[in-house]
Amino acid sequence: MNADEQALLFAIYERRHYDFRSYAHASLRRRLSAALTELRCRSLGDLRDKVLADDHAFGALVRILTVPVSEMFRDADFFRIFREQVVPELHTYPSIKLWVAGCSSGEEVYSLAIVLAEEGLLDRCLIYATDINAQALAQARAGVYPIDRMKLFSDNYFKSGGKHSLSHYYTAAYGGAALARSLTANVVFSDHSLATDSVFSEVQVITCRNVMIYFDRSLQDRVLGLFRDALPRRGFLGLGTKESVHFSAHAGDFAELPAREGWFRRC
Amino acid sequence: MLKNKRDVAAVVIGGSAGTIQSLLQLLPAIDATVTIPILAVVHVPPRRPSLLTQLFSDRCSLPVREPRDKEPVMRGIWFAPPDYHLLIEEDQSFSLSLDEPELHSRPSLDALFESAADCYGDALIGIVLTGGSRDGARGVRAICERGGRCFALGSDGTDDLAIMPRAAVEAGAKVSTFDEIAGLFRSLGGDTADGGLRP
Repeated sequence: MNADEQALLFAIYERRHYDFRSYAHASLRRRLSAALTELRCRSLGDLRDKVLADDHAFGALVRILTVPVSEMFRDADFFRIFREQVVPELHTYPSIKLWVAGCSSGEEVYSLAIVLAEEGLLDRCLIYATDINAQALAQARAGVYPIDRMKLFSDNYFKSGGKHSLSHYYTAAYGGAALARSLTANVVFSDHSLATDSVFSEVQVITCRNVMIYFDRSLQDRVLGLFRDALPRRGFLGLGTKESVHFSAHAGDFAELPAREGWFRRC
Repeated sequence: MLKNKRDVAAVVIGGSAGTIQSLLQLLPAIDATVTIPILAVVHVPPRRPSLLTQLFSDRCSLPVREPRDKEPVMRGIWFAPPDYHLLIEEDQSFSLSLDEPELHSRPSLDALFESAADCYGDALIGIVLTGGSRDGARGVRAICERGGRCFALGSDGTDDLAIMPRAAVEAGAKVSTFDEIAGLFRSLGGDTADGGLRP
């Protein structure tokens, strides 16, 4: 990381209390370059002055650095395994807590809630959905997605073993698809930073998909340490299909489910 | 050109889906003794699963893999997973990203080439095959600025370069024939007298 990048990230940490200093450098550098264009800054020094002085610009930078891009039922096999292998074990608990860490705009929260509803478990579940991006959290809470995305989401849902049609769960109006409020009756949306905050509850299932790909190894180690502490033995951790605990300091704390679709269990 | 193959720490190569045929001729010919990583981006449709690793591992003597995030970059042939950008960190590990497509492509050649240029500096070779977008040109510029060398596949009469290699040439890549690129790969292995591409 060069001196200008370090100075910017340190200033943001000190003055804005957001810690991007342990983000994976290669993608961070590309995003900062995108931020320079979008926020019309000539240099990282300009960008630093702007985001320290201007709340609106800072919000825009957080959005650029935290990439709220997701899909419902992205990687259908991940959700198939959740339904076929994780849910049956959850049935044995009287009450179940799940944590969607880095939930972004909420697509994953609704996807999990739909599976839990179809498997008769949603009433017994409490889902914590956390992110540091306030605007993404507001979107997640609202649960309204562009209607033109629903074709893709429906295909994904179908491939994942969905029992109805996805349209069963949303109402279309004004170019948007509003997910059913009943899905989030037991969801707590909350601000939480994987970089600086700690564990807040024991949970049986954590999903954190394609969030840690933006973190460097030291921050990945921190986050996997949080997950280890939040999960009981045999608890489930769901990552992106191209993520693994194998390259972290906590590799020995988790065992991968044989399907290799991103599911791990706490040892 | 490759006076000393130890000067080369990695090769990045990429093109559109139409370049799979070229890669099927180039990559299986690479000698099993090659010790550097060959990192490839092919513009393929975003849906999983990718058939690239299967297609190539049956034919190549080097290991052919798709990396997981933060996996160390080792010898062998690595393909960017479909629908992810593939990046190289300065500690020589892979990073994946779901950032927006660049020039309509994810994975993008630019993302791989530019991050690899930061990592490998002048010990990097970049190769742009063919395609209909300008993806790769920024990456070629980054590699050349750090003293690495880049080659773009030209048809043998070099007038009708496709958009992708033409943009790469404008950014500093040398127009090369298929045989020259094949020679370059040969020169990475064993103790061959074949020097591959000449300056």
